[in-house]
Amino acid sequence: MAIRRTYLRPMDGWWRRDPFFLRYMAREATSVFVVAYALILLWGLVRLAEGEARFDAWLAWLASPLSVAFHVLLLAVFAYHTWSWFAIMPKTMPPVVVGGRRLPARAITAAGVAVAVAASAALFALATVLA
Amino acid sequence: MRKRSSQPFFWLLFGAGGMLSALLGMGLVLVTGVAAPLGLEPPSVMSYGDVLAFGRNGAGKAFLFAVVSLFLWHGAHRIFHTLHDLGVHAGLVAKLACYGGALVGTVVAAAALLWIGF
Amino acid sequence: MPDTSTHGAASGASPAPGAAPERIEIQVLRYAPGGGAPATQSWTIPWTRDMSVLQALQYIKDHLDGSLTFRWSCRMAICGSCGMMVNGVPRLGCETFLRDLAPGPVRLEALAHFPIERDLVVDAEDFIGKLAKIKPYIVPKEPRGLDEGTYFQTPEELARYESFSHCINCMLCYAACPQYGLDPKFLGPGATALLHRYNCDSRDGAREERMDLVHSEEGVWSCTAVGYCSEVCPKAVDPASAVNQNKTASALDWFARFLPGRK
Repeated sequence: MAIRRTYLRPMDGWWRRDPFFLRYMAREATSVFVVAYALILLWGLVRLAEGEARFDAWLAWLASPLSVAFHVLLLAVFAYHTWSWFAIMPKTMPPVVVGGRRLPARAITAAGVAVAVAASAALFALATVLA
Repeated sequence: MRKRSSQPFFWLLFGAGGMLSALLGMGLVLVTGVAAPLGLEPPSVMSYGDVLAFGRNGAGKAFLFAVVSLFLWHGAHRIFHTLHDLGVHAGLVAKLACYGGALVGTVVAAAALLWIGF
Repeated sequence: MPDTSTHGAASGASPAPGAAPERIEIQVLRYAPGGGAPATQSWTIPWTRDMSVLQALQYIKDHLDGSLTFRWSCRMAICGSCGMMVNGVPRLGCETFLRDLAPGPVRLEALAHFPIERDLVVDAEDFIGKLAKIKPYIVPKEPRGLDEGTYFQTPEELARYESFSHCINCMLCYAACPQYGLDPKFLGPGATALLHRYNCDSRDGAREERMDLVHSEEGVWSCTAVGYCSEVCPKAVDPASAVNQNKTASALDWFARFLPGRK
């Protein structure tokens, strides 16, 4: 076997080189915000265990302009998460055959997003109307 | 026999958290972070007494635990892999920080939810 | 994928008859073994509406610089030889057309994530080794004699693996996969698609042996579902689906192995 003097190109900044990779990184970055929201809720749970005064302080923070603005951002990020989640989900599923034809990935994505919008809307309705 | 990866366990937790957050994330953020703080919700949605009652209820306890814990496990797995994507060595320290963090959050959530009783 | 329509192909020439042919700049990242870091060299060549990137390279090699090195064979997107980066995207040179890249310049580089051997030629040994590693052949479920005749397979059984059998080993998916670029130990999209092709074939009985590779860190668990591999595949093999379906299978097996009755 001849000695090869090949050249290996570095991977630094790989994700900045293509819009596809930028979208992938945006999708991955949603996880930071999912954790942030979970930590806000966790903080609330701890405050709940500590009693009414501490819990009300948590509620007061939630009502602050900073918090509301952050949650509006969170809303947009969670919407992108929902979309990107159902966009990639069909890849993990074996073929779904309906009436002899294979269900296309976009149909599964559309169904998933529709269910998510309905579920979140139902949660909102449940809280607003039935609470 | 090649060494089996330990990733499947974390991947399933990642998937559960991802699905839950994909389905309910928008609704939860809207209610808890925007609508209720702005007074668009009836006061009973997030008042101490009502949240306490919800948390004391078995189903409510399970729901709150699932949301907090699974969201953390989802994030831990994805952040761990993104660190690798960004060139950070995906070794034991990164694993402990990410999955360990999710575990700590899970334990704290369970403790708080058990503390408030039934 | 950009439009590869053939409008104007029949007439050939882009400008009006009698006018000077249009010219386009082709930039190639060149490298000679032991010759220092790669550097870009550029030529401006005449082009017509029916010319592919491969034909542009052949023009340069035939008329301007005989040392330009690149792989090619069928020039009809079936041999898988002419994979390269065209303006940063993994493409087959023979089915990428200058008319879709005009006015240029067209930047050509060897397939990403592979060591460059010379100019646009990469060292593909790793990929070839992986293809061999996954047992790319039917292992009969039971011994079968010639007197038993051929296997029968229904259209439904064929449909389960057919798309994964269309792979032409062009390695565009490996050039697309950042996880392979970050860690070449990863089995990668193409080899996993081939593995899945055999696992899904009703004639085959070696699924368990192949899953050993799948379950490992270098198997499917290096994949983060970027999905770019399926996006660039010229044969719609959908390797991302092959890899990620096996994540589900591997995860279920991770738990199933604790059930009684399993070895």
